[in-house]
Amino acid sequence: MEVNIEARRILAVSISKLYASRTQRGGLRLHRSLLLSLVMRSARDIYHSSRESEVLSGAQSAPEEPMDTSSSPGEQTRLPEPQPEPQPVLNSTETAPGEPDNTEDGCDSEIIEDKENLSPAKQSRKRRGKASAAPDFLPSKRARLEPGEERYEVPLGSCRAGESLTTLSLNRVIPAF
Amino acid sequence: MEEESDTRKINNSFLRDHNYATEADIISTVEFNSSGELLATGDKGGRVVVFQREQESKSQPQRRGEYNVYSTFQSHEPEFDYLKSLEIEEKINKIKWLPQQNAAYFLLSTNDKTVKLWKISERDKRPEGYNLKDEDGRIRDPSTITTLRVPVLQPMDLMVEATARRVFSNAHTYHINSISVNSDLQTFISTDDLRINLWNLEITDRSFNIVDIKPANMEELTEVITSAEFHPQECNTFAYSSSKGSIRLCDMRQNCKIHGTQNHFEEPEDPSTRSFFSEIISSISDVKFSHSGRYLMTRDYLTVKVWDLQMENKPLETYQVHDYLRGKLCSLYENDCIFDKFECVWNGSDSVIMTGSYNNFFRMFDRNTKRDVTLEASRENSKPRAILKPRKVCVGGKRRKDEISVDSLDFSKKILHTTWHPHENIIAVAATNNLYIFQDKVN
Repeated sequence: MEVNIEARRILAVSISKLYASRTQRGGLRLHRSLLLSLVMRSARDIYHSSRESEVLSGAQSAPEEPMDTSSSPGEQTRLPEPQPEPQPVLNSTETAPGEPDNTEDGCDSEIIEDKENLSPAKQSRKRRGKASAAPDFLPSKRARLEPGEERYEVPLGSCRAGESLTTLSLNRVIPAF
Repeated sequence: MEEESDTRKINNSFLRDHNYATEADIISTVEFNSSGELLATGDKGGRVVVFQREQESKSQPQRRGEYNVYSTFQSHEPEFDYLKSLEIEEKINKIKWLPQQNAAYFLLSTNDKTVKLWKISERDKRPEGYNLKDEDGRIRDPSTITTLRVPVLQPMDLMVEATARRVFSNAHTYHINSISVNSDLQTFISTDDLRINLWNLEITDRSFNIVDIKPANMEELTEVITSAEFHPQECNTFAYSSSKGSIRLCDMRQNCKIHGTQNHFEEPEDPSTRSFFSEIISSISDVKFSHSGRYLMTRDYLTVKVWDLQMENKPLETYQVHDYLRGKLCSLYENDCIFDKFECVWNGSDSVIMTGSYNNFFRMFDRNTKRDVTLEASRENSKPRAILKPRKVCVGGKRRKDEISVDSLDFSKKILHTTWHPHENIIAVAATNNLYIFQDKVN
């Protein structure tokens, strides 16, 4: 879905802008950071809702749990709530569209799907650490982890900015004074 | 000798053609004073340059009061905030003149953190005939002094001095975006992203916080203040604009910090134009009262709106500045242009409004005739004293000969800062590091 790709791209661009603004002369600009976080939030919401509609169009399952769209700039992004019943039809719908970056798409959704399809008991609700295998346009400096967070290595080549961004937390966008 | 001048010519043409402008020279604000006699510009390097209009002379009627450099001074220097390990930029964000009350001129200039009051005064006489020092300033040998004399004021070459009379600092945690002098000429406000402070021009160690929109939890922040201005006549009234596209009109006789006591101007969003970037493009970058005090003008990324102070639910007039950019918001986001903060300005009679755009274009809208024009500030396309030719951006389909297509617009050439003479049709337009002054055609 084009909206999906667009949303991912915008998320990627926004993250890089956010990183760049840290080194800007004059310090972090509150207004700019706020606007960036608003764009990221819309992109993230549209990304998730477009993926939801893809899921809904294929499966005949129960309606999705409502997305956490009321989050503020400082909140963590969350993965979609785990589905109560497994959706075996998902794989085929995801890989159906014949787009150039289909394999990447399918790969991404596979990884996310697996999380979705885990039974609630097994589903790890632990927030993933900031992506350490960062895409090459981001600075190589690793983000500091919150206590309790873990780093996870993403296999090279299979993961693009979009996937790691869904697990990226949006906190600390606005510096708290 | 000849070689020297040749080298200089080659260097000058090389520099001009390749436009090696240092970043410090980028003009960051322009402002006429209340009589229009002076024009001040501030730049990224913290300097202020003041131009003065030359007296119109009968012998040269075609030189209709041109503006020449009157004074240049370094207003702000880069500073370092040691507690936060942050550099404080010296860029001048705003300059506001005080109306003239005596022979000297006063202006307020501000960077991100500190406001300064500058006095610009002329000195054309100098005392001569000191007893203890000679004319060069060297101390005279006391044994050579045999008589007593009184120094006498003698004429000298005009010297213009700028001195910092007040420094208003340490009142803003966030970056100052605007300052505004009250019509009472005793107070002014300085505005940052979350707070507005009221100062007395005489008192630098104290200010009053009159607006504070900082939420208890910064993670709940949804809105920042983008600009504020005092009403031109009512000294108790001021307005501030927000990043959400709304304006609040505040009365200082009431508690402005409490929501609900203010007039709230906001137009509901058109759901059909919703996009990823709706919030960014609705953020107001400038707010200006009309000279009459009856209207407010706001500038957001794509439009200029005129509001009637009596009508809060929608603007009186909306003008499209460059609607052809609506389809390009994504690329403008990537190249950061979508964050550009354009200013807007009224003419003296409030009949025409002006604002800048890209490709060194600026736009004027006549509120009465509803006609608009796009002009360009560029040396290549207009010679001095030539009449500016209206420009047109071709939106789609066939491009006519003189039109420019949207894709060939130069987004690095933006006109963010413009100002209009308070009474006459003279405008000053800042195009990156160049200042253009345009006047009405002489008959």
